[in-house]
Parts: sequence; structure tokens; C-alpha cells
Amino acid sequence: MNYRMVFSMIGRLLLLEAVLLLLPAACSVLYGESSVWALLASAGVALAVGGLLVLILRPKNKTIYAKEGFVIAALSWIFLSAVGALPFVFSGAIPNFVDAFFETVSGFTTTGASILTTLGAHGEALAMSHGILFWRSFTHWVGGMGVLVLMMALVPTGSGRTIHVMRAEAPGPIVGKLVPRLRDTAKILYLIYFGLTVIQVICLLVAGMPLFDSLVHTFGTAGTGGFGIYSTSIGEYNAACQWIITVFMWLFGVNFNVYYLLLIRAFRPALSNRELWLYGGIMLASVAAITANVWTQMPYTTFEETVRHSAFQVSSIMTTTGYATTDFNLWPMFSKCVLVLLMFIGACAGSTGGGLKVSRVMLVGKAVGRELKRLVHPRSVGVIRLEGKRVEESVVQSATAYIVLYFLLFGGAFLLLCLEPAFDLESNFTAVAACINNIGPGLGAVGPTGSYADYGTLSKVVLSFAMLLGRLEIYPLVLALLPGTWTKE
Amino acid sequence: MNIIVVGCGKIGTTVLESLVEEGHNVTVVDIRPLPLTNITNIYDVMTVCGNGADCETLAEAGVADADLVVAATGSDEVNMLCCHVAKKMGAPNTVARIRKTEFNDDSLVKMKELLDLSLAINPDRLAALEIYHILRLPAAVKLETFARGNFEMIEIKLKEDSPFVGTPLYALRDKLKATFLVCVVQRGDEVFIPGGDFVLQDGDRIGITAKHRELQKLLRNMGTKRKQARKVMILGGSRTAFYLAKRLLAAGTEVKIIDEDRERCEALCELLPAASIICGDGTQQELLLEEGLDSMDAFVSLTGLDEQNILLAFFAAAHRVAKVIPKVNRKEQGSLAEQLGLETVVSPRKIVADMLAQHARALENSMGSNVETLYRLMDDGAEALEFNVKDDPRLVNIPLKTMQLKRQVLVAGIIRGREAVIPTGDDVILPGDKVVVITVAGRLNDLSDILK
Repeated sequence: MNYRMVFSMIGRLLLLEAVLLLLPAACSVLYGESSVWALLASAGVALAVGGLLVLILRPKNKTIYAKEGFVIAALSWIFLSAVGALPFVFSGAIPNFVDAFFETVSGFTTTGASILTTLGAHGEALAMSHGILFWRSFTHWVGGMGVLVLMMALVPTGSGRTIHVMRAEAPGPIVGKLVPRLRDTAKILYLIYFGLTVIQVICLLVAGMPLFDSLVHTFGTAGTGGFGIYSTSIGEYNAACQWIITVFMWLFGVNFNVYYLLLIRAFRPALSNRELWLYGGIMLASVAAITANVWTQMPYTTFEETVRHSAFQVSSIMTTTGYATTDFNLWPMFSKCVLVLLMFIGACAGSTGGGLKVSRVMLVGKAVGRELKRLVHPRSVGVIRLEGKRVEESVVQSATAYIVLYFLLFGGAFLLLCLEPAFDLESNFTAVAACINNIGPGLGAVGPTGSYADYGTLSKVVLSFAMLLGRLEIYPLVLALLPGTWTKE
Repeated sequence: MNIIVVGCGKIGTTVLESLVEEGHNVTVVDIRPLPLTNITNIYDVMTVCGNGADCETLAEAGVADADLVVAATGSDEVNMLCCHVAKKMGAPNTVARIRKTEFNDDSLVKMKELLDLSLAINPDRLAALEIYHILRLPAAVKLETFARGNFEMIEIKLKEDSPFVGTPLYALRDKLKATFLVCVVQRGDEVFIPGGDFVLQDGDRIGITAKHRELQKLLRNMGTKRKQARKVMILGGSRTAFYLAKRLLAAGTEVKIIDEDRERCEALCELLPAASIICGDGTQQELLLEEGLDSMDAFVSLTGLDEQNILLAFFAAAHRVAKVIPKVNRKEQGSLAEQLGLETVVSPRKIVADMLAQHARALENSMGSNVETLYRLMDDGAEALEFNVKDDPRLVNIPLKTMQLKRQVLVAGIIRGREAVIPTGDDVILPGDKVVVITVAGRLNDLSDILK
């Protein structure tokens, strides 16, 4: 294990975080708030720790192997969240560090699960300064496309093997590059990301949302996070805003390779992406099913409203964003079940969304189909194809193992959470599902109007790790925790 | 530049490594997925899995925007087809590896013309050529020529009794009565450009530039007894052996080739009637001695196994063969052999990689760079570049000693028309000259880059 390189990379990342913290600080200054000091102090801490790591370590051997890549990804995210929690603690917005850590992990992993409550009052805004609110949502934007990817886009690392880091951080079963160089790939991804973000802000402004609210909610949508300002989430805004956010949530759940292909005018390969069609198909079918179910059993005043709420909730849950326009806790059982299933499927690989990812579900589905066929025809030969290309057997095995590990860890977290006496099965189950899939709100006590505030310290730590597991797709974090990774060979 | 490398075998991998180091955007195409995965783990390149001669694969690799396509698969025919298709699809420059002996020198030139290739590379022939050059001048570790052979650069490894050792560089020209320039020194792992009062030591590897005639004079005055090799033993009847033997025989050298394979021996016998061909196991020391290893001037091992080549080279060196040259394909083994004391190791992969890096820089000419030829010296620690001089007021007509040059850059030669000048501080560069620059630090794209 190349400790020096690992911690030097983490040092660089903290320096980047120090720079990122200046943005909410500037926002605080604009609003003339005292929280600017909390943000600047946190930036100072990030600068000091990061600077020390970078200055002291100076690795001679800059080689990153697969192992180092996983460990860098896992530790980076933990360090990043720990430092990112400081503004909440320093400003007094969330005095307890574990709570603040939970909130920040939830931010960076684009989960959007919050321990903040607004005492249930309808439509009340969170009692936080603009600067801190900005930081809280900005973590979504940074975490969505990945901090390590951002770092690679900005600073040259001097190693050709950084693909291991990108592979550890980027979502999906197969991680490829758009252009030969990793750094250029990272730049292109961030440019697309930034471009879509700007377009959404403009759309929301036109639809009548105030500038600060537009920024906060765009960050939440772009990273498929879900932190908002009001207890009623997006329900606070007009129908136009809700439709805009519905569409953009869907757009950010699409594999960014598709946008790149569209940009270079390769329309045919972009639109023949099978994952995209399945993703859209599942979404439309779910909207239709829920609309029918809700319309017959618990109708809103107009049909448009029913469709709007169904579409919004489906888009929000499937892309693992976690915004809400209505309390879907009150929906009929069938609709709730559809939403819970969507939680697991998640968005496309290579998007900012979480969950198992549509392509992985496709892959494992095909592998299962092949096994069934093999049982009937023992001599049949099966090759699995994805996007018109043969998938390596090792990738199929890795995806199957992923699913098994995923449910094992899911079960473990669920078991630990059930130690809490105060919550029912539905709340605990959906709390773990909402965290490990990076969604945010679940059902029952953790529904769209509820919060995670009443969970104990252990449960909050467990849920924080569930969120990190989900965002980093399990392997990096698990490998970083294995003792064998750290011992000398 | 955007470069596509088709085929990631031994040659392909070395080529892409050197191109990535040069800072190009490289896409690699291969039909086997496994080596591609390994390559993405090590190098910052994009990979496409598919047949390199297929237009769809090439389109996926972005052939329309590529500046250069290098076809280096194991099959000549695929390489040629790949280059042809790539050219039709819009790649302006194509390079094919063509190695079969039926594509001999004449047909290679014709093929290059017909397929409109920028370069047709035959690694075996190139390796043979390099070995041939070294055998002509056995004192040198390596020899490079500039300006069509007017101007040469040799690398020498210094031994204790060498006249270079112990005298400051400024006094060497008088001592050895020849005009030359010691332009680069490798001591241990460090490569640097020495100053005038630098004193060389035993074990240093040095680069010397001189005109061809002066170089011969220098080597004579050095008192080196090693003359041009007259009797050469070649182990392994590979294609490289064939090309080398052909050249050596043409120059009147006695050549003995040893190979185990009867058919191969007979084929060689038919192609090279003047050579003496021995069919037998060359790894048997008895056989080598029986065939007169002791009386050979040079021993070249060209079998397919690096380890065998290195070990037999040591064996030959122990029997006082004046010059031993093993062919070594793997980079690591080459440097290991050098560390163990073999001064000359020839690697076809490296020759091809250098040639392509040079070609890529020459292509960049039209994109602002100005490099005419490029050689990598001292195990890639230094570069020698040949520039065309344009009418740049910062460079032209200024005595070299008053020029503010970067550190670790040296003007090693000026070629004016047919005359080569080994410059002193009073010499000036004129428009239309060619200038050879040695650098050990950083990359030069234009002659003006040598200025501070």
C-alpha cells in the first residue's frame, strides 16, 4: 500500500474543499450573515490539514494500483464529509458533530436525508442562514459528479494510473472514458454537468422561483440529492417549477455519455442506448400505474395535478433525488410499493443518481435468464451483450457479486437499525433503502415530511455508512475496511 | 495530436507508451479484450475492442479526427488494410508495421507508395541496421547520424584506461588531436550536460558529436584497437539475422549463422549463399566453441528469448569476443543487462518507438513544432534534436557564447549546406542552417525554446 500517495491525494482533496467552501462564504457575505466566519474557519481547517498532508508527504512513487484507487476513494469521502460537517458545528446550526456528519455525508453522497426538523409546521423554511443552506445544497452538486473526478479535472496528478481512482468513484458496472485522456474526460463531464445546471437555474428563474431558491434546488436536482429549504420540499412552488424539476431530475439520471454523444453529434449511438430506453420505459410505466392507482383511490382535485404529483415522485425516487411535492406517505399501498421498488433500481450508470443502476439490473437480469436457459438446455452457450457489445464474464460475475454483497450489507444495516425501539418495520426498512440508494426520504417516520432526527447515534453512524456504501458502490469502502488491504505484503 | 495505435502487442505497447509520454491523445485498438484492460490500468489512453481493419471499429476509435494511425498488429496484411481503410476514412498520416521478408526493400518502398503510407516500419530490418552500424564502429555503444550522415553522434562507455578519463574536457581536443564535442554524460542514473572543466571518470557513458572523418580520427587517436568487425557469429536465424547477414556480407564481412531449425537453415542457405549456416543448438557452449567463437570479432544473439540472448552474450564476452550484442525485447531486461555490464543491447521495440515519437514530432511541424529529427540518448535520459533555422532575430547572427541559453541545453552542431560545424562560443547560427541541440531537461518544440 502506497500510504504516501493515498494521503497526499486526500490532502489535495481537502485543499480543493477549502476552495469550495469559499463559495458559500461569499454567499454569507452577500446576505451579511455571521455564518461567514464558521465557513471561513472550516476552510481554514481544510487548508491546514490538506496543506500539511501535501507538504509533508510528497510521495516519490506516484503509482496508484487498483487497491490504492479504492482506498483513496473511500477515505477521501470520509475525510471530505468530516471536514464538510464543520460549518454546521461552528455556526451552531447543527451543534452535535454526529448529526452534522450525517447531514454532510447525506449531502456529498447526494442522499438528501436530513436530521433537521421544522417542527411540522406546514411550509415553514429551515431556520438556517443562507450561507449554511447554500453549503448544504452545494455538497450535492459537488458529490453528484464526484469530487475526485473534479479534482482530476482541475489538477494534474502526474500518474497515468488514476483510472483506478475514477473507476472506484464513478457509478456503474463498466467505467469507460469519453476521450483518451482521463483529465479531458473529467473536464468534459463537468462541462456538461455545469451546462445543464445553468440551464436549469435559468428555467427556474423564468418560472418564477427566487434566485437563491433556484440555486439551492438546482444543486439538489443536479446531484440528484434532495436537500431543500421548506418542510414541504418542492410543494412550496408553483406547478411550472414542479414540472421543470421533474424533467431535470430525469435528465440528470441519464448516463452522461449520452450527452457527450449528442454534443459530438453522434445522434444514432446516443439514441440507441438501451439503458436509456429502459430507464425511460420504467419511468413512464410507473407514472401510469401510480396515476391510475392514485386517481381511483385518492384523487387530487384535477387530473393534471394527479399526473404531476405521480410524475414528480416517480422521477424523484427513481433518480434517487428525494424531492417531494406531496406527502406520498398518504398514497395507497400499491403506489408506495412501486416507489420502494424504484428506489432499488435507481438511475442510469454514469449519471449522478444512485441505486443499483438500470444497466446493472439489466446485466444481472440477463445473467439470470442465461442460468434459467442453461437449466433447461444444459449445453446451451450464452454470451451476455450490453449496448450491442459482448460483456466480459468477469464483469458479469462482479455485478452478480455486487448484488449479493449489496443485500447482505442492506440486511446488516437493517438489523442494526431495528435495535431502535421507537420505529416500525416500514420506517426502518425504507430508512435503510433510502440511505443505501442515496434517495433521502423513505416511508413512515422518515417520509417526506418526517426526518432522521429521532434516530440514535449508532443508527445515524450506520446510516451514514450506508449512504457512503451506496454512493461509492460498496467495493471501495468494504476494501478500505478489510485489514488485508493495509498490511504489508 | 490524436493518435490511434492498432494492436497492442510488444511493439504496440512500447509505441503507445512513448506517445503518451510525449503528451499525445492516444486511442488503442485491439481484438483481444484482456490486454486492453491491462493497458487502461497502466496508461492514460482510451481503448476500443475490435478488428483494426474494420471501418466500424476505426470509426469508433475516432479515425476521422485522428492525425496519425499506427498499425502494429501481428499481421502485415491487417496492418496494411487498416492503414488503407484509415486513410480513406480521413486519417492524414498512416504508419504500418510490415515485417515479412517477401516485402523486401524494393517492394516495401512500392507498398508504401501504393498505400500512401507515411512510414512503413520493419522492426527486424531497423534492428539489423542498428546492429550493422554498431559493428562498423565497435567502440561505440550506439551510433546516430544527423544530416544524412554528415554528422555523427556516438555513445561510448568509458573504461579505466580510456584517454578521456582524468583530463578536463577543454583539454581533450588537443590531447586527442580531433575536433569533437562531449555533449552529454551519464553517471549512475543521472544524465547531464558537462561544462568545459568537467572531468570524466571510469564507468561514465558519454555522447560525442563529430563529423564522420573527425570521428574516425578520434577513434584512431584514442588508441582503440577495435577495428571494424571482420568475422561475425549470429545466433538464431530470425528475420533480423537475415537482414543483418545480408548487409554484412555485402560489406565483405564473414558471417556464420547458427540455428536449430533445419528448414530455416536451408532457407537461409538459399537466400544467403555466401554465409556459412550451421544447424545446431546454439545454446550448447560446446557447439559455439567448436564453430570458433574464440576467433570471432563479434557475436550477435538474435533468438526469440531475451534471457537466452543475454546469457549467451555474457558467455561470448567471457571468451574474449570483442563486441557482443544481444537482442532484447523487454525493456526491463535490457536495462538489467546493461547494469550487469553488457554495453550494447539492441531492442527492436525501442527503435520503433523512438522512430514513431520522432515521426509524431515531425508531423507536429505543421502545428507549430519544428523538429526535423529526434534521437533519444542515454536510456531516454537525453534527447538530440535537429532543427531548421528560420530568420529569427533572437537566434541568427549571434555568437553562441553571448546567447542566453537554458541550463541543460547544448548546441552540439551546426550544419551549413554540406558542411558540419562543431561549434565553439564564437560560432553563429545563420538562416537556412540546421542545428543539432542536445537537451536533458524538458521538451523542445522550436529552436527558440533553447533560449531562457
